[in-house]
Amino acid sequence: MLALLWLIPTLPLAGFLILALAGARLPRPVIAGVGVGSVGLAALVTLLVGAGFISAPPGEAFTQILWTWLDVGGFRPQIALYLDPLALVMILVVTFVSFLIHLYSTEYMIDDPDYSRFFAVMNLFVASMLVLVLADNLLLLYLGWEGVGLCSYLLIGFWYSEPANGRAARKAFIVTRVGDTAMAIGLFLLFASLGTLQIQEMMEAASEQWAVGSAPAIAAAALLLGGAVGKSGQLPLQTWLPDAMAGPTPVSALIHAATMVTAGVYLIARTYIIFSLAPVVLTIVAVIGAVTLLMAGFSALVQTDIKRALAYSTISQIGYMFLALGVGAWTAAIFHFMTHAFFKALLFLAAGVVILALHHEQDMFKMGGLRRQLPVTFWSFLLGAASLAALPLVTAGFYSKDFILYEVFISEGGLWLWLAGLVGAIITAIYAFRMVFLTFFGQAKNHLDHRPGLLVKLPLVVLAVLSIIGGFVELPVTLGGLHLFSDLMGGTFGLPAETTEPAIGTELLLQIASAIAALAGVYIAYLFYRQRPALAGQLANSSLGRPLHRLWFIGWGFDWLYDRLFVQPYYWLAQVNKGDLIDLLPSGIARLSQALYYGLSRTQTGNVRLYAMAIALGAVITIGLVILL
Amino acid sequence: MAAIPVEHGLFLAGILFGLGLIGVLVRRNVIFMLLSIEVMLNAAGLAFIVAGAQWGQVDGQVMFVFILAVAAAEVAVGLALVLQLYSRFKTLDSDAASHLRG
Repeated sequence: MLALLWLIPTLPLAGFLILALAGARLPRPVIAGVGVGSVGLAALVTLLVGAGFISAPPGEAFTQILWTWLDVGGFRPQIALYLDPLALVMILVVTFVSFLIHLYSTEYMIDDPDYSRFFAVMNLFVASMLVLVLADNLLLLYLGWEGVGLCSYLLIGFWYSEPANGRAARKAFIVTRVGDTAMAIGLFLLFASLGTLQIQEMMEAASEQWAVGSAPAIAAAALLLGGAVGKSGQLPLQTWLPDAMAGPTPVSALIHAATMVTAGVYLIARTYIIFSLAPVVLTIVAVIGAVTLLMAGFSALVQTDIKRALAYSTISQIGYMFLALGVGAWTAAIFHFMTHAFFKALLFLAAGVVILALHHEQDMFKMGGLRRQLPVTFWSFLLGAASLAALPLVTAGFYSKDFILYEVFISEGGLWLWLAGLVGAIITAIYAFRMVFLTFFGQAKNHLDHRPGLLVKLPLVVLAVLSIIGGFVELPVTLGGLHLFSDLMGGTFGLPAETTEPAIGTELLLQIASAIAALAGVYIAYLFYRQRPALAGQLANSSLGRPLHRLWFIGWGFDWLYDRLFVQPYYWLAQVNKGDLIDLLPSGIARLSQALYYGLSRTQTGNVRLYAMAIALGAVITIGLVILL
Repeated sequence: MAAIPVEHGLFLAGILFGLGLIGVLVRRNVIFMLLSIEVMLNAAGLAFIVAGAQWGQVDGQVMFVFILAVAAAEVAVGLALVLQLYSRFKTLDSDAASHLRG
């Protein structure tokens, strides 16, 4: 069973090739079949491989070497796939959620003329993501990393005839590129110091050769963090994510909620030993996570566009994952990744239904009363929002967020971080239910354009169910102590089965705090957006409220800052270099040749006497030279 | 008679050659260009005669006879070309035949 591992990234890649080469000529059902089928088959194979892995765990991990990529000067990266519990969880979530989103897209994108291009690039994306997650060495991981970046660009700018979409796509690509460059330098550094990019070997060599807190460890970890921050949309490279909502909604669901943006989290978890060797960097990770989750949370609170609100929410939730990673709670971070993938994809897909039903209306303040008109969508969105808000006991989000907050609290110096996480939880609950109340409650203002069909409703229902039950694999001690997830993941992170006896009293108190936070948030949202809607407007217009509202709305001014700091100087530089100074040498040679040409062509006068004189002169000079030399 | 130094003869030949060359380059009428070429040929012949006298051999004068024959043939061809030039351009100005310009 495990030998089928190579099929998992290959099937979507094959789907991409078929659709890219022949897609334009195929009928819609065939395109949908290939697009969804390739990912569906990959999901099936993943299940088989997973079953095989869990029933007969192959010791440390399972490596499948396909071939040697290159062999130059002692550098021998291979195309090899590495399967351990971390990778298994990632591929299960990626393939399964991708399958549901592809299914949803077959109906959602049905009216789009570029149907085959959509599925081709989506398949390529899934293939790249799977390569990223299954990669045995950092070079192959970087291949997948770049692949998902490319597909993100292609999909954000899918409707390229609209210039704004192209700008958003370019912004995403360029901002993540900054991170990618840092990561590439980190890769160079790792190879130069440790001699290998094969992840397990590299981590072993690092733990032997580098002392904790030594300079190369800090440098390598910081550079890898740069890459992670770019891809995952954390401070300071978070500016691309809200604008990335220019792409179709399934794209936002897949790439910018469930998979690509978690690549950074995966990278840090995967190379956790490097990060453990640089505690300073881990602290930075935690601080970035905490600050980002708060900033994005506040921004999500004041957005009017439903997709932008969800984008900021994604940034915020990934902040939670970074926070967990920063305190060394690797398992908690991956657990939250899993639950987040479910409920965030669900929220985006449901938002997509709403947007399409209201004929491409994305302003929440223009929605309302959809509760009765779109019941399945309403209930799915509600369950997703509940999971996002981490409503106690019944939602998956509660268990994962609680796990993170517990780990943060008991870590060294974690009190302030925990507090940030708690405040963030309140804000999350507020904005999540703000969205619910604005969109689905109140007066029905519009007449529906488009009702969702089965292929759209099925993924919504499945994801809604998962958003609820997905958390039950890891119950805290206070509720029964089920540790399926952390037992599975423990092997990956070299953690002993039971580190310390968890203080039940502390855990209970923290859980109650989280529960109160979530419920308080829901109540505040209810107060402001259901009971007394005018209150929100008054608060926003007050003397303190107005500048805060503006600041949060524009994402804390980062776009403005980067524009002043980077974009305008670059344009000025380009303007200065309009004559293209660098090109002076090659074009100079061309111009010299041209001058000589014009000079010589002036001798072609057709005048015989001139020619005769030229011959005479040449003869004189030649004879003179012969005599003299 | 008193021996004329061979250098003088060669100088004369050289000067005549130069004059002929300048004539070819400067004069615009094709007939005069042909005349100047004749002068150059004769200068070359004179150089041969002088050299023959220097070595006391008859080869110089034989060469001169050859040159005369060549000159005659060349003049025949040249005059034929002049006739063609005249019938085409209606003038004997060599500068008129500059259609290969550019």
